[in-house]
Amino acid sequence: MAEITLVQAVTQALAHEMQADPRVIVYGEDVGINGGVFRATEGLQERFGSARVLDTPLAETMIAGIAVGMAVQGLRPVAEFQFMGFIYPALDHILSHAGRFRNRTRGRLSCPIVYRAPYGGGIHAPEHHSESTEALFAHIPGLRLVVPSSPARAYGLLLAAIRDPDPVIFLEPKRIYRAVRQEVPDSGQALPLDCAFVLREGSDITLIAWGAALKETLEAAELLAADGIQAEVIDPATLKPLDIHTIIDSLEKTHCCVVIHEAARFCGLGAEVVAQINEYAFDLLEAPVQRVTGYDTVMPYYQLEAEYLPGVARIVAAVKEVRDYAKGRGL
Amino acid sequence: MHKPRMQPLASFDIASLQYLDERGQTTQTLPDFATPDSLIAHYRQMSLARMVDGRAVKMQRTGQLGTYPSSLGQEAIGVGVGAAMGEEDVYCPNYRETGALLERGVAIEEIYAIWGGDERGQNFRHAREDLPLSVPIATQILHGAGVAFALKYKNAHLNEPARVAVASGGDGATSRGDFYEAINLAGDWKLPLVVVINNNQWAISLPRSEQTACKTLAQKAIAAGIPGLQVDGNDVIAVRQAVSDAVVLARNGGGPSLIEAVSYRLCDHTTADDASRYQSEETLRAAWSREPLVRLRTYLDGAGLWGDNQEEELQRELTQILEQGVRNYRETPRDAATAMFDHLYATLPEAFLEQYQQLQGGD
Ligand SMILES: Cc1ncc(C[n+]2csc(CCOP(=O)(O)OP(=O)(O)O)c2C)c(N)n1
Repeated sequence: MAEITLVQAVTQALAHEMQADPRVIVYGEDVGINGGVFRATEGLQERFGSARVLDTPLAETMIAGIAVGMAVQGLRPVAEFQFMGFIYPALDHILSHAGRFRNRTRGRLSCPIVYRAPYGGGIHAPEHHSESTEALFAHIPGLRLVVPSSPARAYGLLLAAIRDPDPVIFLEPKRIYRAVRQEVPDSGQALPLDCAFVLREGSDITLIAWGAALKETLEAAELLAADGIQAEVIDPATLKPLDIHTIIDSLEKTHCCVVIHEAARFCGLGAEVVAQINEYAFDLLEAPVQRVTGYDTVMPYYQLEAEYLPGVARIVAAVKEVRDYAKGRGL
Repeated sequence: MHKPRMQPLASFDIASLQYLDERGQTTQTLPDFATPDSLIAHYRQMSLARMVDGRAVKMQRTGQLGTYPSSLGQEAIGVGVGAAMGEEDVYCPNYRETGALLERGVAIEEIYAIWGGDERGQNFRHAREDLPLSVPIATQILHGAGVAFALKYKNAHLNEPARVAVASGGDGATSRGDFYEAINLAGDWKLPLVVVINNNQWAISLPRSEQTACKTLAQKAIAAGIPGLQVDGNDVIAVRQAVSDAVVLARNGGGPSLIEAVSYRLCDHTTADDASRYQSEETLRAAWSREPLVRLRTYLDGAGLWGDNQEEELQRELTQILEQGVRNYRETPRDAATAMFDHLYATLPEAFLEQYQQLQGGD
């Protein structure tokens, strides 16, 4: 079987579900003949026709808003935004409507929508093309927020997202769209949502990261291993609702934790993870949880993006600091 | 100074439609649907809308309802829209649509529940596929475009009958991108969508004249490449005819339309507003002389179809219906506190269980 990239796994999942379910409609800017700016919908229009794979006029509010109407009528819209930096006009519909229809109508109407967007920095893109503002969505009641970090998880989680009866924000880490290849059988098997994945087992410290930041996190874990520190690496994958249990189970072993994300630190998702660890697992900790994040600045143009993004060195340094603190307490 | 020579490329007209003038006189031959029975039925529904509205304001004043947006003066639009739609069509309302909701079969107690702060009111027992009221301005017009897409798709590919989406909004809604993005897409994709603008002359305190430099709101259709028509929104016959034509056009694959129904808000914006701060008594008085109920009543009287006896009988009947609705609303027990979690997701994720139990335990 051929090995495929993360973005090809997205295409494979879309094609699988369009084949299986005539209610699935894929649309967005340039998703048709062009296959989307990252080619995530490549070949779908040819295969499924322009009645199901539609190029829209350039209007993000509209892209988000019509999904609500389609979904309440029983379709399964999968809407693409070209970049997360252009999703802000759509927030109104996601926040004011998609996430609320089920509750607002006490279950009469629901919004089984997937809003897809490539996100994150590191591809030398122009301004507004490198955003990582997932915390905006995580705060909104009624949504699911899913971030895959490998081809297999992109395939399995996207299938789950399309099949889910509620709205899902599906953020694709574009920096690793083509970084890894993996065999991903087109089995139609979804992966569970609301469930974290342990990517690497270890007994000395728990590292929590998602999306492209896992690349540096796993690299850091290898370096640390050479230094005799065994890091457990957890990919929450569904950022909301968050599977805190898997994290706590890990802390039972490691008693130390670092959270890594590209997004700005202030009110970033790391803050929520740390708060929940404090609430549920304070006694397990041997040191305060550290965060390694983007800075509380505007995402810089690409000449400085390497300085902005949390790199391996920053992760390793944070791990050492946490470990030293724990040792200093004589535990 | 050199004045360049230019060639006209396109020109447009905006038409308006009226059957009954301000004195209740016909201005042209009435359409076929305007039989005595149907006109009396419209008069009845408009009267009911006015009573439901009036009671809502009273109940708000006595703490039995929250903030309520009255549709006093717009009854002909709501009833005309509701009557022009097929039962199977899908309505996407803004919040000032008591008349249309009643016409769609939404129960009085459901309307009161919504404004009484109870989501269960939006779980319509009839009109199950109609959208709930939308408080954010104009967003529902985009939902209407999405609904229209789904209806067209299901008709073409899943063997479902041809149906139409109808979305309403106020004059203020036409200033928002959502409105324009919706009609632009609907025109582009030839969606079965009818957008009805209740031009009641005010967006809270902003008069229509300061909302836009456009002479009519109907002409906004031109930018989207779709038909636009202005109707006398105080003339239920004109509203029903215009919406009905647009619905038939959409059902037959002819694409979307925009209808501007010109009316007047004879009340405060909501019970939390005081319209005397921004509108003059003369303007209001003049508007009362054009209002839709008296207009139809005068016509019916003149045609020998109505009189004081019928009016008394109708008021008695509607009062009973209203009182029953009020009772049903008052007697509905409060929703369980945990209901706020029950419909947040199809299945409550485990991550919320602790909060759910906290609410259940009341601590
Ligand atoms: C997006 C948005 N902005 C502001 C408001 C606050 N608001 C409520 S009603 C209203 C005026 C709306 O006027 P119009 O669209 O003409 O409808 P009408 O109330 O006159 O029926 C405003 C500004 C809102 N509900 N939604």
